[in-house]
Amino acid sequence: MSSTVRAVPPSRAGSPPPPAPLHRRRTYRLGRWDLKYSPYLYVAPFFVLFGVFGLFPVLYTVYVSLFDYELLSGTREFVGLENYHLLMQDAQFWNAAYNTLGIFVLSTVPQLIVALMLANLLNRQMKARTLLRMGVVIPNITSVAAVGIIFALIFADRYGLINWLLGTVGFDPIAWRDNRFASWFAIAFMVDWRWTGYNALIYLGAMQAIPKDLYESASLDGASTWRQFWAITVPLIRPTILFTIIISTIGGFQIFTEPLMYGNGLVRGGVDHQFQTLAMYIYEKTFTGNSEYGYGSAMSWLLFMMIIIFALINFALVRRSVKGDKK
Amino acid sequence: MRRRLRIAAAAVLATGLALGSAGCSKKNDDEGSTGEGGQVKLVLQTFQNFGYDQAIKDFEAAHPNIKVEHQKMGELRDFQPKLVQWLAAGSGAGDVVGLEEGVLFGYVQNPDKFANLLDLGAGELKANFPEWKWNNALTPDGKKLIALGTDVGGLAMCYRKDLFQQAGLPTDRDEVSKRISTWQDYIALGKEFKASGKVKAAWLDSATSLMQPYVMQNSETFFFDKDNKFIGDTNPVIKQTWDMGLQMAKDGLTAKTQRWSADWDGAFKNSAFATLPCPSWMTEGVIAPKSGPANSGKWDIAKIPGGGGNWGGSYLAVPAQTKHPKEAYELAKYLTSKEGHLAAFKEAGAMPSDIAGLEDPAFKDKTSEYFSGAPTGKIFGESVKNMKPVFLGAKHQQVWETIFEPQMQAAERGRLSSDAAWKKAVDEAKKATS
Repeated sequence: MSSTVRAVPPSRAGSPPPPAPLHRRRTYRLGRWDLKYSPYLYVAPFFVLFGVFGLFPVLYTVYVSLFDYELLSGTREFVGLENYHLLMQDAQFWNAAYNTLGIFVLSTVPQLIVALMLANLLNRQMKARTLLRMGVVIPNITSVAAVGIIFALIFADRYGLINWLLGTVGFDPIAWRDNRFASWFAIAFMVDWRWTGYNALIYLGAMQAIPKDLYESASLDGASTWRQFWAITVPLIRPTILFTIIISTIGGFQIFTEPLMYGNGLVRGGVDHQFQTLAMYIYEKTFTGNSEYGYGSAMSWLLFMMIIIFALINFALVRRSVKGDKK
Repeated sequence: MRRRLRIAAAAVLATGLALGSAGCSKKNDDEGSTGEGGQVKLVLQTFQNFGYDQAIKDFEAAHPNIKVEHQKMGELRDFQPKLVQWLAAGSGAGDVVGLEEGVLFGYVQNPDKFANLLDLGAGELKANFPEWKWNNALTPDGKKLIALGTDVGGLAMCYRKDLFQQAGLPTDRDEVSKRISTWQDYIALGKEFKASGKVKAAWLDSATSLMQPYVMQNSETFFFDKDNKFIGDTNPVIKQTWDMGLQMAKDGLTAKTQRWSADWDGAFKNSAFATLPCPSWMTEGVIAPKSGPANSGKWDIAKIPGGGGNWGGSYLAVPAQTKHPKEAYELAKYLTSKEGHLAAFKEAGAMPSDIAGLEDPAFKDKTSEYFSGAPTGKIFGESVKNMKPVFLGAKHQQVWETIFEPQMQAAERGRLSSDAAWKKAVDEAKKATS
């Protein structure tokens, strides 16, 4: 295809030069500008919208975070970095950060590994392939609130499905909300249920771009399917793995609805804040009680920084470790 | 270069997605605008279910120049933050807005965002309401009234007739009322219930259920004194109910379910407890749907131990930003009049707070089929009449629902000792209110 396109210009180059050199130069310049600048014009709508609805609020949040800003009483007093200073000593904030990180690790690691395995299985020749591939994203199209409600029932402390099953086989019921680790596990389970199929589909897309002859020659060399998976598939879809990890980091750090639903709609996150995440704590400070917008803004900004730092750390880690496999 | 670009792209992506969730909501229409033909459009914003569909139709029929748009804003905890934002921003709030009792006090302290209803002629309505209901919406200097009372939450004791019978206790509601006339009697009857050994159910749903009625009956203040200073640690009545509830839990009288949780719902369906102190809005609004049709006719209602009491109730206010304060006041006045109250009672079971409404046969003679034909109008009406006002404070709801109740539940489930939980609750509340 590309060779035929390239074949056309020479015949045109042989035609006599146009009579008006000035005009020609102008169209030439226009054409060059077109090549050079129009891509920016095409992507501009996003960045303009982003600037108005995205960047401005972020910068305004920084501004608000420098004030003692309470909506209900109307206080608006410049306090400089005082909110950040208070934040550093706020045990509840760090507790929320710890919970968020714990839930993030507990959900993302198994989620991505299972998604990778699942994608590998779906990448084979089998019957009802399309149906199965579509099937794995079904959990993702359900409403997150509905998922939260259903799983809150499944993991209920007294009349929940899982504790009932445990009871029938003679185990003690698990205190799903009072025990920190149990609550993290239940929330991570909800996240995994919803996002594993989605990530699997992204991996599958990447896997299909890998040339089949690589596998063929590996098979000829006697490599097992397992070895092919680790030596060919994983290194070749590395950019995709990076992408999913960044996306999961962003999503994981902002987790809000699942733990909220799990805690009966209370932002407290368990009697002792066992599963209160950062987003929940920000909501608690910013929208309940005294509407402390300044403090909430400082927290939001810190969360934003944390997400970027963690995304970069993950980026570096994964980049290195997956590369290591290659050699 | 490519690598740097990719990092930059990732950073931009991260920023974009982080911001994506920080979206904001905004009400769209031009509320308060004057429509064609000189008709005034009013926006009424309420939460949960105020039961105003019929009342608004009646109001519009009587005031052909006014058109009411009723915006039902969902749960209180969704609506309240939005209202605060709209009031602070100076636009977006309706011409008439619903305020819950617990949040009203915060607004009374910062009343500038609301119109003074006394200036609009509300003074003539004073005699229509119980004194405390009126005074709650009045600023301390008595010069500004920010809202008019809608419903109240009269108190009673809901109980399971069938479980009482199994345990060999009296089932007749007058008999039961007599047997539980004080909280000590109530606990004693609970022990009798348990000692019968014939019923698997607990006596009460949760240790925390006693807090609200008991404090409302025995103190003029709750967690805050009248200067809005936190006194949860020194108000003796609070520690009394705390100990009383946790002692009941220790004696095996409570089902240890966390109120408003999925387990609580399950406990209703599984008949896991026999009694529950119930404000009027809880009967048809909470207990009936949660217990389900299978348990219809098994519940009954007796008087609350210790006499009357109030739990919950709302108000209607007119934000200062309205362009039609006169018409808005007319609407609020109508909805809090006897006609408005009775229409709301019929539609949503919201108990009238105005005195004429409480005396009206439409309310007084009401019985509930679900609760074995109990005369709900009579029982709840009586519980409100000899009620004393209780000062709640601006952060009452927050301190109770997010600090004291969870800590008490933690102690009930044995996660913390009672003393440790108490100390934690007090420390946390002090921090939140300082």
